[in-house]
Amino acid sequence: MAKTILIVDDSASMRQLVTFALKDAGYDVIAAVDGKDALGKLNGAKIDMVVTDLNMPNMDGIMLIKQLRSRPSSKFTPVVMLTTESQETKKQEGKLAGASGWIVKPFTPEKLIEVIKKFVK
Amino acid sequence: MADMDKHKEAYMEEAYELLAELEDAMLALEETPDDGELIGRAFRALHTIKGSGSMFGFDKIAAFAHEVETVFDLVRNGKIPVTKQLIDLTLSARDHIKRLLDSPDGDTVTGGEEILIYFRKLAIQKEHKENRDAVAPIINECASKTENKNITFRIQFRPNPDIFTKGIDPVLLLDELCTLGNCKILAYTDAIPQLEDIDPESCYTYWDIIITTSKGMNAIKDVFIFVEDECKLSIDVIDDTGKFDEEFGNKKIGEILIERGFITQENLRKVLGQQKRIGEMLVEANVIEPQKLEAALSEQQHLREIKSIKETKQSTQQAEAASSIRVSSDKLDRLVDLVGELVTVQARLTQTAASKSDAELILIAEEVERLTEELRDNTMSVRLVPIGALFSKFKRLVRDLSAETGKEVEMLIEGAETEIDKTVIERLNDPLVHLIRNSIDHGIEQPGKRSSLGKPAQGLLQLSARHSGAYVLIEIVDDGAGIDPEVIRAKAVEKGMIAPADDLTEKEIFSLILAPGFSTAKTITNVSGRGVGMDVVKRAIENLRGSIDITSRKGVGTTITLQLPLTLAIIEGLLVKIGPDYYVMPLFSVEECVELTGDDIARTHGRQIANVRGKIVPYISLREQFSINGGKPSIEQIVITSIDGHRVGFVVDHVIGEHQTVIKSLGRFYKTIEGISGATILGDGTVALILDVVKLVQTAELEEVTTNA
Repeated sequence: MAKTILIVDDSASMRQLVTFALKDAGYDVIAAVDGKDALGKLNGAKIDMVVTDLNMPNMDGIMLIKQLRSRPSSKFTPVVMLTTESQETKKQEGKLAGASGWIVKPFTPEKLIEVIKKFVK
Repeated sequence: MADMDKHKEAYMEEAYELLAELEDAMLALEETPDDGELIGRAFRALHTIKGSGSMFGFDKIAAFAHEVETVFDLVRNGKIPVTKQLIDLTLSARDHIKRLLDSPDGDTVTGGEEILIYFRKLAIQKEHKENRDAVAPIINECASKTENKNITFRIQFRPNPDIFTKGIDPVLLLDELCTLGNCKILAYTDAIPQLEDIDPESCYTYWDIIITTSKGMNAIKDVFIFVEDECKLSIDVIDDTGKFDEEFGNKKIGEILIERGFITQENLRKVLGQQKRIGEMLVEANVIEPQKLEAALSEQQHLREIKSIKETKQSTQQAEAASSIRVSSDKLDRLVDLVGELVTVQARLTQTAASKSDAELILIAEEVERLTEELRDNTMSVRLVPIGALFSKFKRLVRDLSAETGKEVEMLIEGAETEIDKTVIERLNDPLVHLIRNSIDHGIEQPGKRSSLGKPAQGLLQLSARHSGAYVLIEIVDDGAGIDPEVIRAKAVEKGMIAPADDLTEKEIFSLILAPGFSTAKTITNVSGRGVGMDVVKRAIENLRGSIDITSRKGVGTTITLQLPLTLAIIEGLLVKIGPDYYVMPLFSVEECVELTGDDIARTHGRQIANVRGKIVPYISLREQFSINGGKPSIEQIVITSIDGHRVGFVVDHVIGEHQTVIKSLGRFYKTIEGISGATILGDGTVALILDVVKLVQTAELEEVTTNA
């Protein structure tokens, strides 16, 4: 059965690119525009992994990770954050919040899949 | 490519929206300079423009937006106040980004530097040192060149107990390690507490991994990249020579333990006085836990194995050079014949022993059976030679053909080490030459045409061989034009091979190519189409008791698969009985057996067809075909075979079972008999004829035509 990945990003073009790359690699994808939207879409759905941007309106990535970690259903779900190289402090913050890994923008679809494969089979 | 353009378009659309948002935020900030919400909006807009820009190849925009974003990060953290000057600057930066977006290549847009100078000044004023250098893209570390040398590493990996709550599964990391090279993993379970104390959300297990890989240290570090802070990890090189000298393969267990820091030199010396195995002594002396010893032992074993692999390789190479002898193939044939006789006699012995129920005799018979089998397999393997020699002969052919046709063809060979009977190889040459000619002539397109189709100008022709059970599969794959089923169909209709209304599957259409008198090339070139059709190829393969299968996708390429028996001397057969006589049918063509009752025959009014699960299957009564007299049983058996994709049944009296058959060729006088390809001797000494099912069907078809005409 295909694994389902939740992609959270406020940038439509990023969502499009990541969704395309993941679907191409055979994953099912659910897209959300920010942390709040993501938590809403998570409700009840079985998600095998989350890929999230950090800077987003309403609820940012850090808060989303914290929320995910506090819920029993997503406590052990791998969460990978999308960062830019200037966000070293953000990255640390994300790791503290419980992020599993990170991908530095810009990245290629191949790189993305390589990282995804570290967390889901 | 089209996808990327689509993504780029989406980005530009989004970037324009973000710029508008940035502008709005700036103008609103003029009214309320302290509004954190507005500053956040501006920052996010810049951040996304930068982040996504770099993703879609808008590097100039990304670089420019990065510097502006850096300043806004400071503004956001209250380190720089929002001033009229900042707002003006940001608006001009916004206009600059818009200009960059508007111009397709961005080269003609100038003025960015001037704007940035001001932003940089703002950033430096606060002496904020963004440690940009230290955070170079981490993921790209593995870009360092991969080394080909095999290095053995010892990895000690102890994840923090809370690793699961980071969404990380250590087992996946171990799996990933295993993909890097020869890997030995030992799990330590000594830290797992008593059941009542276990926290199921904690990870108590830790691992030692010994891995020999050519990918280098960085590849290993990459595996653990996300868990660096979530575990205790040490990676040590324990052998980097790439070649294993005496010392490494035979490392003493004590040395390894000292290296690992589990024991000291002193501990070791103390226990060495005793006369036991060093490992046991250490455990008894309580200087080491049994599991740690086990880890070290497995390391030792790993090193030994690697050394022995190397040694075997070397010794086989030497052996090849020194101990191969040339033997005339006549002698080999004679040997195979004798072994065949022996197998037959052995079968008789086993049968006799069983009927005498003499325990001692049965014991001897079983021993003889075991030895005979071994002898048979060995003898057969002597006749097997690697197919590589045949394949590499075609390199020249491909080269010459490419030159002749003006096409560029690269040839790839896979599975050259696959072994197959010498006779098969000899008789494969001509069919393969024909198939390769076909692939290059009809399949692969001219370089110009290929380029216009978006394919690499150089065509690819792949020859591969691999074992599959008692068969060898040979594939000829090209990435050329493929076969258009419609063209084949039209041609077949034109030649009267099929009726226009016939409903054929793609497989059936492709098999038409193999029918006699079929040639699709519009012009006859020097390369193929010399009047020798694919039917000749098919005949040759069938004579080797093999089969040929074509799959093709228009525009993508064609794959021709030959299935050939490993050896010609032995076949797997189905033993059947008609009247008093036994017959063997080659098992590879047999699909299933069903019963045929008198009622069934009555229901079809004498037409020789059977209804098998709703499908009509024609059958041939071998009893009639061979004019065997005597009463037939009330329930006969139909052995259904698949010939050229069609199902044809053969009616026999009884199906006895599978039988491994040593083939004996028939004498001169019987050579002309159609439908019989050879004979074999059964365990009790009776002779069974081997049926040539393809020939039998053809003969029956011919008869049908003659009677109807």
